[in-house]
Amino acid sequence: MSKHVGMEVSIAAAEAVGLCDVDVVAAYPITPQTHIVEHLSEMVADGHLDAEFVPVESEHSAMSCCIGSSAAGARTFTSTCSQGYALMSELCYIAASLRLPIVMAVANRALSAPISIWNDHADLMYARDTGWIQLIGEFGQEVVDLMPIAFRIAEDKRVLLPVQVNLDGFTLSHVIEPFLMPDKDEVKKFLPPFKPQLRLDPANPVTFGPVGMPDVYTEARKAQDEALKNSKPVIQEIFDEWGKQFGRKYKLIETYKSEDADTIIVTMGSIAQTAMTAIDHLRSQGKKVGLVRFRVFRPFPAKELFDAIKGAKNLVLLDRVSAFAGGEISAPVALEIKSVLYDRKHYPKVGNFLVGLGGRDVTVQNFEEMVERIAAAKDGELGAYEFINVRE
Amino acid sequence: MGIASEALKNFKGFNLKNLPEVEPVSPGHRACQGCGEVLALRQAMKAIGTNVVVCSATGCMEIITSPFPQTAWRVPWIHVAFENAAAVASGVEAAYKAMNRKGIINQPDTVFVGYGGDGATADIGMQALSGALERGHNFIYMCFDNEAYMNTGIQRSSSTPYGAGTTTSPPGKKSIGQSTWKKNMSAIAVAHGVPYVATASPAYPIDLMNKAKKAAMVPGPAYLHIYSPCPTGWRCGIEDGIEVAKLAVQSKVFPLYEVIDGVYYLSRKVAKPKPVAEYFKPQRRFRHLTEAEVAKIQARVDQEYEALLKLCEVGAKEKEKEKQTEASEK
Repeated sequence: MSKHVGMEVSIAAAEAVGLCDVDVVAAYPITPQTHIVEHLSEMVADGHLDAEFVPVESEHSAMSCCIGSSAAGARTFTSTCSQGYALMSELCYIAASLRLPIVMAVANRALSAPISIWNDHADLMYARDTGWIQLIGEFGQEVVDLMPIAFRIAEDKRVLLPVQVNLDGFTLSHVIEPFLMPDKDEVKKFLPPFKPQLRLDPANPVTFGPVGMPDVYTEARKAQDEALKNSKPVIQEIFDEWGKQFGRKYKLIETYKSEDADTIIVTMGSIAQTAMTAIDHLRSQGKKVGLVRFRVFRPFPAKELFDAIKGAKNLVLLDRVSAFAGGEISAPVALEIKSVLYDRKHYPKVGNFLVGLGGRDVTVQNFEEMVERIAAAKDGELGAYEFINVRE
Repeated sequence: MGIASEALKNFKGFNLKNLPEVEPVSPGHRACQGCGEVLALRQAMKAIGTNVVVCSATGCMEIITSPFPQTAWRVPWIHVAFENAAAVASGVEAAYKAMNRKGIINQPDTVFVGYGGDGATADIGMQALSGALERGHNFIYMCFDNEAYMNTGIQRSSSTPYGAGTTTSPPGKKSIGQSTWKKNMSAIAVAHGVPYVATASPAYPIDLMNKAKKAAMVPGPAYLHIYSPCPTGWRCGIEDGIEVAKLAVQSKVFPLYEVIDGVYYLSRKVAKPKPVAEYFKPQRRFRHLTEAEVAKIQARVDQEYEALLKLCEVGAKEKEKEKQTEASEK
């Protein structure tokens, strides 16, 4: 039976990882991820979780250790963000290419410089081409649910890829929320023990991570590409199974009042909650505004996204990361959505807004500003992107 | 008695009659002719056996043994990146520990090995190695020291000896070649307080194999620093590698010793040391050195060897005492 509890989202996330009966956790402290791994190490210390907690000397070694552990056949978890993610990123590519079902929570935080411990999506976007599956939580319960779901997706024989569970640093990781916490047996029913097809085992020796000469490299890359492509229906199938068992239904793309909307805001993560408040306010004034939010960013759910936004005349596309491309093309989220629109020969009015960088609040008023800005903008007036709430 | 001494109480060494027949590293790999490193790797792996998981750094021993779809490895082996073999090994070890405890597997005696070249060990992978040694994982780390980045084309590392010419420490009008003294990795490993550290050389295969076996028997981290002659990079004859390796020991340049529970023991006392110049002679990486420079290096080698002998005095006394007790018991 699930239990009603109230706790910090980081602690709840750690509890959820514990419910997955992980074997190895290797992690290095970085704000604002710390509460997740502190709580896991506490659970190990108290005997609530039978796992090895490896307190590595860097994030680089955290992911290296996770790769060794997962290749040896153990269910493996880590957590990081920001600079920590940047340091381990070399290994993140390798974890995906070795097809190891590691799960990592990322308490999203800005990248230096200037050094900022506060929330944006620089690390989430940095990670998007590494071959990992990227899930993004909006609220605490979703983060909790995504932990067992992430292991289930990662370990599915049709997938075998590492999975990131993203949660906004501080604005989500450090807030206290009510939860329905599943119990261990329920989760065990949903997530059976990890049975790797290949592992580092003296009884059945295999070579992991060999040299790929030019005559095999392309094929290896294509096989990995196929795996990520094929993961999309599996992710929805596993979401559906979770929904059936626990009653909380998830989709690749989440919508709010978008069906009849003229203007749709597209974003991900916890600011969607502020967006919904803004939408309710705008709707009360008779403005038809809706929200579309990514729960899954990799694999990119192009069809589901398009179906959700195709009815709108105006699209407010949010990026929570700097573009650094010279100013003549959009920031990453908008770029990708534009490519979806182009492929389908569909050309609504599009505004790309950079918001919430390095912990800058994104307010209800900011959302209303963006919606008004796009409604009032003439053709060609909106450039590649605009900064919102910036002091000039 | 320390944990290593305790574990090695009943140690039985190898001799020419009881060498293991297993070849975890099979022939048919793609090493250069005369490669002393792959020979050392083969000897070490023979001693460690087949109940093992091996974690390789990027480098010569990685590329020559694993061009897909071929592999020279008859034991489970993983290569991840250049600087993290020790961290990967610590993950494998942690996984086995957890899975054995939880009853998921029943393989409590598996040995874990991480290895890399001198660049992967003393330079780029030093942090990961230090972390794994400090955390006390039950694994063996082997550094195959060929004294430069040979895989990328003979660039200097912090393990390149003073005076040696490499492609990034070339001798010239304003350069004598490598201008810094070789980093003492074994001493750094000892400073971590690990139970077993040893130096070894493929020119003394029984000694090398005994040390690899001891490293596998000792609980906790063990560090082996293995001299690995590279005729390609050292510019000596392909038939000269082992001869050069012998001269390195005989000239006190690469002394063989063990450090058991922090106590140093000399494996092979050099009674009549050969001059360093004799060691340098077959290797073209040293041929630009003047007599004055060779003398300077000789002085440093003498000084370091004396310091090592001093460190070994405690161990020598202990051994003497043991012998006396044994004799009186008889």
